[in-house]
Amino acid sequence: MIQESMAGGTGVEVKASPDCPSNNHVNNGEKCCFYIKDCALVSISTGKKAYSLAELLDQLRTIHPGSIYHHFWSRQLRPSFDHPEFHNDFAAWAYYDIHDKTLAERLNIIDPQDFNTLEDLRQELIDHIEERMDESEFLPWAKAKAPFYFVRSQIVVLDTGKRIHRPQELARAVASMSLGSIFYHFIDARRRTEMGVDDFRAWLIPMEKYDHVVESLANMDPYFTTLSELKEELVNLFSSHFNGGVKP
Amino acid sequence: MNQDLLTRYAQIAGEDAVEQLLQLASPLKGAHIVHVNSTRYGGGVAEILHSLIPLKQALGLDVTWEVITGEEEFFLVTKSMHNALQGFSTEIQSRALKTYEETNAQEAERLRPLLEEADFVFIHDPQPAPLIRFIPNRKGKWIWRCHIDLSRPQRSVWRYLRNLVTRYEASIFSMPDFTQPMPHLQYIIPPSIDPLTEKNKELSEKEVKKILSRYQLDPHKPIVLQVSRFDRFKDPLGVIRAARLARKFAPLQLVLAGGGAADDPEGEVVLREVEETAKGDPDIHILYLPPDAHHTINALQRGAHVVLQKSIKEGFGLTVTEAMWKGKPVIGGDVGGIKIQVVNHHTGFLVHTPEGAALAIRYLLFYKDKREEMGRKAHQFVKDNFLITRHLRDYLSLLLALKLGAHERIELETWTG
Repeated sequence: MIQESMAGGTGVEVKASPDCPSNNHVNNGEKCCFYIKDCALVSISTGKKAYSLAELLDQLRTIHPGSIYHHFWSRQLRPSFDHPEFHNDFAAWAYYDIHDKTLAERLNIIDPQDFNTLEDLRQELIDHIEERMDESEFLPWAKAKAPFYFVRSQIVVLDTGKRIHRPQELARAVASMSLGSIFYHFIDARRRTEMGVDDFRAWLIPMEKYDHVVESLANMDPYFTTLSELKEELVNLFSSHFNGGVKP
Repeated sequence: MNQDLLTRYAQIAGEDAVEQLLQLASPLKGAHIVHVNSTRYGGGVAEILHSLIPLKQALGLDVTWEVITGEEEFFLVTKSMHNALQGFSTEIQSRALKTYEETNAQEAERLRPLLEEADFVFIHDPQPAPLIRFIPNRKGKWIWRCHIDLSRPQRSVWRYLRNLVTRYEASIFSMPDFTQPMPHLQYIIPPSIDPLTEKNKELSEKEVKKILSRYQLDPHKPIVLQVSRFDRFKDPLGVIRAARLARKFAPLQLVLAGGGAADDPEGEVVLREVEETAKGDPDIHILYLPPDAHHTINALQRGAHVVLQKSIKEGFGLTVTEAMWKGKPVIGGDVGGIKIQVVNHHTGFLVHTPEGAALAIRYLLFYKDKREEMGRKAHQFVKDNFLITRHLRDYLSLLLALKLGAHERIELETWTG
C-alpha cells in the first residue's frame, strides 16, 4: 500500500512526533509505545454534482481524488445509522436515487483496500458503471431522485498525549477512545500504514508474539458496523486476548 | 466559570468531545476571531452565536461578536435579498442596492480597526457580506457563513452577491445541496442546537405538566405538535388535515405553536387561514407565542407524543433537532435538512402528503414501544451529530485548515493539551 497514492498524492502533510515517527511505533529499531491520536473531519463541497448516471460517469473521470476517498472512507465519520447497508456513497445513490439495484450491488461489493491507488479505485468504479450502462438503454439518462453531490474532506489529526505501553493496556485504552480515534487507528490507518493494516496490527506484528490477536483483528469487518460497534468489538477482542475476558 | 461551562458540556456531549475541542483550540490561541451578523436577538443565527461565543471563550480563544446596524430600508432590501436567494421571485431596485452598500460602508468605518486586525472574520449571511469590499487592508482570513438554502437562487440577485462573496477565502454552507460553484473552498457544516439553553435544557415532569395545563391541554390525550412560524412552506393546513385523518383511529390533540407573524404580512394571512380551518375544533390548539418563549417550547416538545415538521420547503429545520434531542420521533417533510436528520423508520418518518403524515401519526401512537425506541435513537443521533460541540469542532478544524494550508491531511505536531 502506497501511503501518498492512497491519500490522493495532493498536499499530504504528515508531521511526526519527535520521538516516534508518525504511527510506525518504532524508534531507531526499538519498539516504542502506541501514540493515541484523534481526528476531526471537515467536509468540502467540490461544487460538482450529477443528476443521472451518465453525468456521474462524466464527473468521476475528472473529480478530485480526495472526493473518491471521501465517498468510500469518510462516510464512517459522518451522520449514519445502525448497520450501514451501503459501504460507499456511490452504491447508496445507485440504490436510493437511481433505483438500480443491480448497479448498487456491484458497487457495494467494491473493497477500496484492494486498490493500491485512488486512481485504480476510480477506474474500478468507472468500469462497473460503464458495464451497467451498456446493459440498459434508458438507465444512463434516468433522472435521479436527488443529485449526487461530490464532496471531499480535510482531516485534522491530533495527538491526545495518551500512550499505550503494553498490549495488556489495549482494552482499557480503547474503551476510553473517542470515535475519532477509532476511525483514525482502525479505518484511516489502512491507507496510511506501510502494510495497509490498522494501527493496532501495525504495532503488534513486529512484536512477533501476538499472531492470534493480529489474526482476529484482520478478521474484523470494518464496513458492516458503526464506529461505536467497532469500538465495542475491539474492547471485547483485546479483553479476551489480554485480560482473560474481563472488560475494563 | 470557563471550566464550569466546559464541565457542563462534557457531562452531555462526553469528556472526549470537550477534550478534542481543547486540543483543536490550542494552536489557535492568541488569534483574534470576529463574528459579524445583523441581529443580536431573534433567529437561528443569533441563537447559535449566543452559544458559540461563550464556548469559544471557555476554550481560551479571543472572540468578538459584532452586529451591524442599519435603517429600516436596509433591512427591507436584505429581506428581499434573502427571499430571492431562497428562490422567490423578487425585484431589487438599484437604489435599494445602493442603500445596502452604503450601510455596509458606514459599518465598515465603525468596525475598521477591529476588522483590519482580526486574524479570522466570520461574516454571517448576506446582510454584512459587502463589508469585505470596504476593508482592503485586512490582515486575516475572511469566511462567509451562509445559513440559507442557496440551491435555487434568483439568478440576478445571486450574480450580484457572488461578486462579493468570491472575495472571501472560504465559505460555509449547511448542506452540499445549498452550495453554488465558487472559486474558493466551500465547507459543509450543518448547524446545531445547544443542550444547555432554555429551549433545550432538562425540565422536570412537573414543570412540563404546568405549562401544558396553562394552555388547557388535555392531560389524558396524546399530543401531536408542530412548532413553526405560520408560513405556507411549513404546511400548517396539511398538518391539520393529517391530524384529522389520524384521529379517526386514535384520539389525539394537535398543537400548532409558533410566532413571528406580527411583522410578516403573509404570516398574518396564513395564521388567519389556520384559525379559520381549526375554528370550533376543541382538539386543535393554536398557540401564538412570543419569540422568546423558549421555556414554553421546551415544555411543549417534551410533553408531546409525536412531533411533526411537515414542511414542503425547509432550510435545515432546527426544530426537528430540538424535538429529537427531547427523545421524540419526528414526522418530517422529505425536504432540505430534514432529510439528514430524520432517518426514515429509525428516528421518525419522512412523508410527502398529509395522508402519509396521518399514517405515521397513527403508527407512532399505536406502537408505544416503537415510538419510545425511535425517540431514544433520535436523541442519540442528535448527541452524535447535531450538538454545538460538533459544530464548534468543525469550525475549529476549518480555522486550522485555513491557518496551516488547505492540505487534505493536517497532523498537529505534538500534544498541546
